[in-house]
Amino acid sequence: MLVSESMVFFEHVSLREFLTDTQWTPLFDDAHYGILPLVSGTIVSSVVALAVALPFGTIIAIYLSEFAPFTVREIAKPFLELLGGIPTVVYGYFALLFVTPMLQFFFPGLPGFSLLSAGLVMGVMIIPYVSSMTEDAMRSVPMHLREGSYATGATRFQTAIKVVVPASLSGIAAAYILGISRAVGETMVVAIAAGMQPNLTWNPAEPAATITTYIVQVSLGDLPHGSIGYQTIFAAGLTLLLITLIFNILGHLLRKYYREVY
Amino acid sequence: MNYDKNLAEIRTMIARHRRWDRLFLITGIVALMIAMLVFLALIIGMVIDGAPRLAMDFFTSFPSRRPEAAGILSAWVGTTLVMLVTAVAAVPLGISAGVYLEEYAPKNLLTEIIEINVTNLAGVPSIIYGLLALGLFVYQLGLGQSILAAGLTLALLILPVVIVATREAIRSIPVSIREGAYAMGATKWQTVSDHILPYSSAGILTGIIIGLARAIGETAPIITIGALTFIAFLPESPIQSEFPFLSFEWLMAPFTVMPIQMFNWVSRPEEAFQLNAAAAGLVLVVMTLAMNGLAIYLRYNLRKKIKW
Repeated sequence: MLVSESMVFFEHVSLREFLTDTQWTPLFDDAHYGILPLVSGTIVSSVVALAVALPFGTIIAIYLSEFAPFTVREIAKPFLELLGGIPTVVYGYFALLFVTPMLQFFFPGLPGFSLLSAGLVMGVMIIPYVSSMTEDAMRSVPMHLREGSYATGATRFQTAIKVVVPASLSGIAAAYILGISRAVGETMVVAIAAGMQPNLTWNPAEPAATITTYIVQVSLGDLPHGSIGYQTIFAAGLTLLLITLIFNILGHLLRKYYREVY
Repeated sequence: MNYDKNLAEIRTMIARHRRWDRLFLITGIVALMIAMLVFLALIIGMVIDGAPRLAMDFFTSFPSRRPEAAGILSAWVGTTLVMLVTAVAAVPLGISAGVYLEEYAPKNLLTEIIEINVTNLAGVPSIIYGLLALGLFVYQLGLGQSILAAGLTLALLILPVVIVATREAIRSIPVSIREGAYAMGATKWQTVSDHILPYSSAGILTGIIIGLARAIGETAPIITIGALTFIAFLPESPIQSEFPFLSFEWLMAPFTVMPIQMFNWVSRPEEAFQLNAAAAGLVLVVMTLAMNGLAIYLRYNLRKKIKW
């Protein structure tokens, strides 16, 4: 479905123009169709999100699986599940009304809509996914590897990073890839907190649009079926799908080739 | 002599390692605390802003241009109806697919393709489901921007969740139960319906609840298929007072759902609307947390009742 509608789009707009034009204003009279601004918005917001989610998620996972006493783990795990279950609009609301003012307090001059606050909140949202998958991967490492390490006098930290993490690397990689897919495909948090203005920038302190928020923005208006504007959202969606598919396949391959069987 | 020197070195090395160990312990706890803090800030912030708005008329009024008079009636009715359609579509389909894949499917290429597809579906961003639904349900099948289209879209979205939950639940049943049934001469279907399904119903139910909880909060696909954000009327009630007492008009009606209402209010610059958004968000979060909590509780309790 995505492909067929996009085909019509590409009859109007050459592929080269699509990939390299630096403005994305298909609904204006002077229409430009470059997808780079949207891609840059997606990349910047995802990078910010992952910069939060990956370290936090991994640290929390290592802590929970190697250090935490049983009661802490039993409380933290359901809590993290709940954190991951909160609807994304609510996170968006949080980003706009709490995180942005707080950031403006530290960095005066930060605009009201920015990729930074959207990215940070998106990061917090992805932490549960990363941490639970990483922890599952680490838990599947058999105890005797750890016991061997402790027997030679290693501390928990040393065991964790020198024995358990390398052993569960395929699961951790899968968790990271899942986080990346989630960050790239996330819509509402960025739609609410980063504004919806396509803007080719690599600076997170500016408002911008991602591929996903563009689709939302167009759908909020009225579009006649079959018009070029209608087709743009399919072209954008196709791009997003390809990006996601590439990451999914990457994850699958990583898991297959690095999987250690016990 | 040599031993003394080495001993001192070893002691410092051990002390250093211990220090790193404790440092990481603290880092881990701090990271966990930060996550909890963010969660609490979110919840408390919403409660402070939204709780004053949670009066009875909030639930029973339509949205309006005046923030004080606006309510979420059309939104939560819409959510309920859409969830109904989603559940009716996803549950039978998901359970049968799961049972088929676990019990009946032969180990050939077709089955592998199906399994790969299910896993991939789970990783697709939700907005792409919206695009698919726009093209397929809304236009191709002519369903219009209706509750039916939304319900089917969300059903597709949570289908992988239901299928995976069903398969996991079935997989956790010991083979001896199955063998016992076959030994008595039961057919495959008898085994499935009398033995497998009852034992795995707990896991399946949990999966369904988690899927529905996810579907309640999904905004992007529904916006894409065109749910309107300012609906001041309700779809026709399914129970009519004249014959035939059941009506299906409501399936094709335009609608809105709670997350979209909240999104709409958040995007308005007036402060009063933000309060409304907070209240709506509070309701949404409570619903989601309640469903997730129910799922966790069920999973814990029903697991205890299983007697192999």
